[in-house]
Amino acid sequence: MNCSSHHFDYLLRLGGSSLVLGQRMAEWIGHGPVLEEDIALANVGLDLMGQARMLLTHAGALEGRGRDEDALAMLRDVPGFRNYTLCELPNGEPVSQVGATRDYAFTLTRNFLFAAFQCELWKALGASRDAELAAIAAKSAKESRYHYGHAADWMLRLGDGTDDSHRRMQAALDLLWPYTHELFAADAGEAELEAAGIAPRSETLRAGWLQAVEPVLAEATLARPADTGFLSTGRFGRHSEHLGHLLSELQYLQRAYPGAQW
Amino acid sequence: MVKPPIATGGPGPDRERVMQLLGGIPDPEIPVISIVELGIVRDVAFEGEAVIVTITPTYSGCPAMHAIEADVRALLGAEGYGRVELKTQLAPAWTTDWMPEAARARLRDYGIAPPMGQAGSDTHRITLHGRSVPCVRCGSTHTERLSAFGSTACKALYRCLDCMEPFDYFKPI
Repeated sequence: MNCSSHHFDYLLRLGGSSLVLGQRMAEWIGHGPVLEEDIALANVGLDLMGQARMLLTHAGALEGRGRDEDALAMLRDVPGFRNYTLCELPNGEPVSQVGATRDYAFTLTRNFLFAAFQCELWKALGASRDAELAAIAAKSAKESRYHYGHAADWMLRLGDGTDDSHRRMQAALDLLWPYTHELFAADAGEAELEAAGIAPRSETLRAGWLQAVEPVLAEATLARPADTGFLSTGRFGRHSEHLGHLLSELQYLQRAYPGAQW
Repeated sequence: MVKPPIATGGPGPDRERVMQLLGGIPDPEIPVISIVELGIVRDVAFEGEAVIVTITPTYSGCPAMHAIEADVRALLGAEGYGRVELKTQLAPAWTTDWMPEAARARLRDYGIAPPMGQAGSDTHRITLHGRSVPCVRCGSTHTERLSAFGSTACKALYRCLDCMEPFDYFKPI
């Protein structure tokens, strides 16, 4: 299969998003509010890392320059990453101003919004003419459905919970919502990818996503924030200041000891 | 139960022998079922000197896959197969629907509730506590989910409200 740079970038975008959010999940290990949730986030992170491995391996193979999953994950700097900005935001401070580095309301709300997106994405990519991408999508769909179920469950419990839990969920939702715009924003490569049958235009995923998101928000007594003109640009390699810090931890070992294996 | 799509090409006693050997490799996390029963083994083929075993991952990030690959190499190596190659195949995606009834019964005896019904295929809203999973100890369906995620990627944690036994549930996917 011929690989255009748009195709490669698209795979980097999806693989990077899973990788970066997986790393955010890993930051919770040992710090979960209760043991069950500690395990839950570790498991969600593991699935996301697995998706990232498959997508980046595929991207490297298509590129044909001998870069494997590790080279793409560990040996590129911030501008090389194409993940959605939503995925790289820290789990708490300084974005979520709750006075803690880890905010469970923020973490769960992001998981909910992104898992709902991934469910739509994998469903559409199951029909991709890129057979490997279609296979990865069919596999990942099962996992993302479960992530969605887990997060939706907590949206209800905490959104429709105490006054304090409701307030914190709404605050998280208000902060995160503008970053979801990027998931459905058009870009220069998508017409080509759509014509080649590789990926749908991003905008076409929005209706299904809203169908998955809005009823849960309503049941959770949370107000859906209004859309604004804000548009983040992680998919073009222009990131928030937070990604560099994340990568410095993720990539430390391969940077300090290149090629290290164990 | 749906039969796993194991390739049927390349007949011959050697292929059957290898399949039989693989059927003796237990899952590293759940030793009462074999990797063949779990539906991980998709094909066995021969190319010259090499035996090529095609496997499929259960969950994308399941760490047991590495242990399984090592087990396959070790066993076939010890059985005289000089070159063992492992290939990964993603499609069709692994599902618990492939697990035979005998393996489900053994899971139950081992203390893990087997996956119930067919794995869902709808993309939207799955409710995590919608199924009443029968207790592996007393059979009561008066049970509750303690945790959506359990000791491995493939399991959730339940508790029986009658006999109070906590148990793992193999999630249908």
